[in-house]
Amino acid sequence: MTYALHFGLAVLACWLTAQVLARSTWTWRSPRVAILCWQAVGLAAGLAAMGLPMALGLAGYDLPTGSALWALAGELRRGAWPAGVTALQFGLVGLGCGIGVVLFTTTLRSLHSAVRAQRRHRDLLTLVARQDPTVPGALVLDHPSAAAYCLPGVRPRVVVSAGTLDLLDQAELAAVLTHERAHAQERHDLVLLPFTALRRALPWLRWVRDAHERVTLLVEMRADDKARERHAEAPLAGALRRFAAAGERLTPAGTLGLGDHDLELRVHRLLESGRPPRLVGAAALAVTTTLVALPVSLFLS
Amino acid sequence: MTRLGELERAAMDVLWDLLPGRADGLMVREVADALAGRELAYTTVLTVLDRLAGKGMVRREREGRAWRYRAAASREAYIAQLMLDALDLGGSRDAALVRFARSVTGTEAEVLRAALIASGEPSPPADPVTPADPVTPAGPATPADPVTPSAKTPKR
Repeated sequence: MTYALHFGLAVLACWLTAQVLARSTWTWRSPRVAILCWQAVGLAAGLAAMGLPMALGLAGYDLPTGSALWALAGELRRGAWPAGVTALQFGLVGLGCGIGVVLFTTTLRSLHSAVRAQRRHRDLLTLVARQDPTVPGALVLDHPSAAAYCLPGVRPRVVVSAGTLDLLDQAELAAVLTHERAHAQERHDLVLLPFTALRRALPWLRWVRDAHERVTLLVEMRADDKARERHAEAPLAGALRRFAAAGERLTPAGTLGLGDHDLELRVHRLLESGRPPRLVGAAALAVTTTLVALPVSLFLS
Repeated sequence: MTRLGELERAAMDVLWDLLPGRADGLMVREVADALAGRELAYTTVLTVLDRLAGKGMVRREREGRAWRYRAAASREAYIAQLMLDALDLGGSRDAALVRFARSVTGTEAEVLRAALIASGEPSPPADPVTPADPVTPAGPATPADPVTPSAKTPKR
């Protein structure tokens, strides 16, 4: 029972940490640390969610969850119904395993469909995108709407639309391209993948939705930082503003331009430029590492 | 771009640019002639067209003992498809693109979707766009989750 309690506490701690992380603003100044924290919380939450029903089901063994699982597996292999395990408890162990399988397969399925969609996108780009001397190394799509994105992969592609070329000046464009290359280099698509997968699996879970949104924003901020290192704040902030304004251009009064809020946050952050809060960041990393260590040690012991 | 990719692109350009006058499609020989500057073997052109057919970008119909090829959708439709992905309007996050920012008006989104539909091209994978409500200008918002502003990629 103690072990189940531990797992229960781990779930609770994950939830609390996520609440705090979602509300903190220091994360904007240290996006990379914050992303690591979110990843740790996500991993810990997944492990604890598996472990809680398992530990409940294995309470009869009076062993740490890992050893108890091992013992149960051993008895099953010998063809004996494990003594001291009721059908209900057995079901709980199955539930824990099921949660693990679902988490794993959703992520795998997301990866699979991402690879397929990306291949299709890449094939189409080959057919209709063009190179342009004003944006060396990037592809241009001839369309008047403004878009700039990165198609991730082993050979990533940075793509901008003709609308973007019209919208931005040279300096702004350079900053945007650096931003996109940062996404590609740091494989932000893979950072986001588990969160996207989870969100797709549990769309009604607010907690998951918040985590996904936070990490998405942090990834942008991280890429903003990389662009700022090379091009200073002004062109990047300028590009963000122009994108925000372009979205509003034709939007009737009363409706918000899409995503304006995030764009504004990013501009604001660039102009404020505080120092990264090293102490808070280190503390957050320590807490989230402990969060992961707890369920891992329960499974390994 | 790989050489094969470049050839595929050249072949598609021929199909798109010559086709208006030839609604029934082009024979391999005709495509090869149009690419004459490249001195390609007939079989090379055939391979390229078959690869494109395999990817669903070209349709072919038998005529006698030969095939006629035509583009499955217009160049504009493919660009519209890519832009829907790029702006995260396709209703599917499968491609996992990471965007700088999203800025698109309801009108633009409708134009993009219309381009797809007009071309008869099946809309991009996953849920076909479900224009939540064609009237709201915010429609482009997010077919999948109307509430969350930062949902997809932070940008927007």
